[in-house]
Amino acid sequence: MMHILKNRILKGVVTKHIQSELSEEIETTGLELKSLIQKKFGRSLHIREVDTGSCGACESEIISANNPIYDLQRFGISFVASPRHADALLVTGPVSKNMLIALRKTYEAMPEPKFVITCGDCALDGGLFKGSYYVEGAVKDILLVALHIPGCPPSPLSIIQVLLEFLRKETLR
Amino acid sequence: MDSSELISGIKKKLPDFNALSASQNYPDEICIKVTQQIFKDTCHALYKMFSFPVMMFFALDERKERGRFVINSVFLDFRSAKWFIVSADIPQENPCFDSLAKSMHSASLFEREIREMFGIEPKDSPDLRRLNLHDEVWPFGSYPLRKDFKAAEGGDVRDYKFGRVDGEGVFEVPVGPVHAGIIGPGHFRFSVAGEPIINLELRLGFTHRGVEKLFEGKAYSGAIRLSECISGDSSFAHSLAFTHALEKISGVSIFAQVAYLRGVFLELERMYNHVNDIGGIAIDVGFSFPAAYASIIKEAILQLNEKLSGNRYLKNVNILGGVLADIDEAKKQILLDSLKNLKQDFKELAKMLYSSVSFMDRVDATGVLRRKTAEDLGVVGLAGRASGIPIDLRKHFSWVYKEAKFKIAIQESGDVLARLRIRIFEFEESCRLIEEFVGKLSIDGKIRVSAILKEGSALGYAEGWRGPVLYWLKTDSAGLIERCKIVDPSFHNWQALSYAVLGEIIPDFPLCNKSFDLSYSGNDL
Ligand code: SF4
Repeated sequence: MMHILKNRILKGVVTKHIQSELSEEIETTGLELKSLIQKKFGRSLHIREVDTGSCGACESEIISANNPIYDLQRFGISFVASPRHADALLVTGPVSKNMLIALRKTYEAMPEPKFVITCGDCALDGGLFKGSYYVEGAVKDILLVALHIPGCPPSPLSIIQVLLEFLRKETLR
Repeated sequence: MDSSELISGIKKKLPDFNALSASQNYPDEICIKVTQQIFKDTCHALYKMFSFPVMMFFALDERKERGRFVINSVFLDFRSAKWFIVSADIPQENPCFDSLAKSMHSASLFEREIREMFGIEPKDSPDLRRLNLHDEVWPFGSYPLRKDFKAAEGGDVRDYKFGRVDGEGVFEVPVGPVHAGIIGPGHFRFSVAGEPIINLELRLGFTHRGVEKLFEGKAYSGAIRLSECISGDSSFAHSLAFTHALEKISGVSIFAQVAYLRGVFLELERMYNHVNDIGGIAIDVGFSFPAAYASIIKEAILQLNEKLSGNRYLKNVNILGGVLADIDEAKKQILLDSLKNLKQDFKELAKMLYSSVSFMDRVDATGVLRRKTAEDLGVVGLAGRASGIPIDLRKHFSWVYKEAKFKIAIQESGDVLARLRIRIFEFEESCRLIEEFVGKLSIDGKIRVSAILKEGSALGYAEGWRGPVLYWLKTDSAGLIERCKIVDPSFHNWQALSYAVLGEIIPDFPLCNKSFDLSYSGNDL
């Protein structure tokens, strides 16, 4: 317990400890995002992630976006364990044949209104795995995709920024 | 041990043994060719000689050029720091071989893979179920790694049958493929009697993307980029093992500067993953402060990676004959300064965990993998070392590590705590190694030697953070890739999880799972 208290005090709030330009960027991006989410989704946007054959680096960056430095949650975006609780589906990886049914079922399990986001080059069109005998190809050929986050993998900051950009456009519509 | 010593060694176990040929193509690699009839016995003899399971076992389709299939098995003798490859031709009509799996369990998964990918039958095999080509979606009779494969032809598909545990009060808990966390897909089927797990069947293959086929026909530069996307948390180890194979075939020797730089990057990859898992273990027992603390350390390493190499996951660093990222004086300073902070933070993290009685209570004696089980299954790397198997390729093969007086981490108890301790020890050792390597870097050291890829074959390897990453590579006369067999340590180690959880309760499963932290995509390929 002593160690925890000591480290809690010594570390302070890390979200501000990273280089100032970066921290400011996250702050402004995020606060804007928060107010948009408040308006649009009634305070919180819940995302369910599905890996349909990713290498794992996209997952790692999505998890990083939730770490204390980027702390996506403070803006009202959280990742949920069940599709039943989700507003959005975030898909990573080229779609392996083995994941096609699971992807569809996860989407179907989500309540309306719902939308799909793809994350990483693989999910856009198969990426490096395009043309493989076991890859179904682009997620957008299977489900209606509202937004793509490019990168291999996209950095946590670009995940936050692309989400913001999208939500801004959506609210203006 | 050279090839004649090897043959006399085999003869002690198999008096009328005769090799068709034996050759030492590289200082660390000896190939012996035998007939199909004695392939199984030869493999067993090597298994007994080295008391070490098969590390790779795979097939090649050479029907077009030579009218045959070939099967190769790879053994490791860490004492003499050599790899032994046993090879046999398989006629193309009615292709089959005697199954090794009955007396050498570590061959079982490989045989199932050879069967589903090539249609070569392991005779008398105890288990013939397919691994990655799922019965529900892929027709029987289509073999994607055969050279003449074009597209799946419409044979039958069927439902997959899980093993069943019957008995009063036994019930099944199916989990996956989509899990609750932000993580890869796999199916776990638990049979429980009351609270304790009495059986766990793993079904993987959900992220199968057919990568070995994608390598075929590729030029090496594109193929290196592909190797970085096999298992995203081991991008560097994978591209390193792959370039190692390329460099052996090309016959180039890299500059010392490159060896040190690669050492630095390999250890950075180990560090961010180890600290990530330490945090994961903490979160799986609900200990969230250290978990958050660990994720701050991980983020710091990822940012350091980017500063040094231009990429958070160390992609685009390895090339044939060298690396693309040098560490100059300025970067050296950044690296050393960051290391100082990382070491300090990490020490605090370890202290928080070790001093929490309730945390230690959860990890101590949980998820035990016994040494005998680990050996039979062929468990490698970190999980192997936590169960007392003293193998680390860095210790046995690499001169830069020998020079830096690398210390191997070993634990005996095989529980979650042992795997945690290995990680903590290795993280600290990695910091020390990086400092050693950085001290050896010269200001204007060359980081690339030009090389031309020839025709040939070789085994490339690297000790990634999970364990040995192996690439067996064959190139054609145009320098294109003809066959690339990949073995990620996860392939050896997934089965171990279903033994480690026996007798534990389901709520402890995530903890056990995280303590191994195996790759879905590296396993499924
Ligand atoms: S986009 Fe890149 S990082 Fe993401 S899953 Fe695909 S290969 Fe991995």
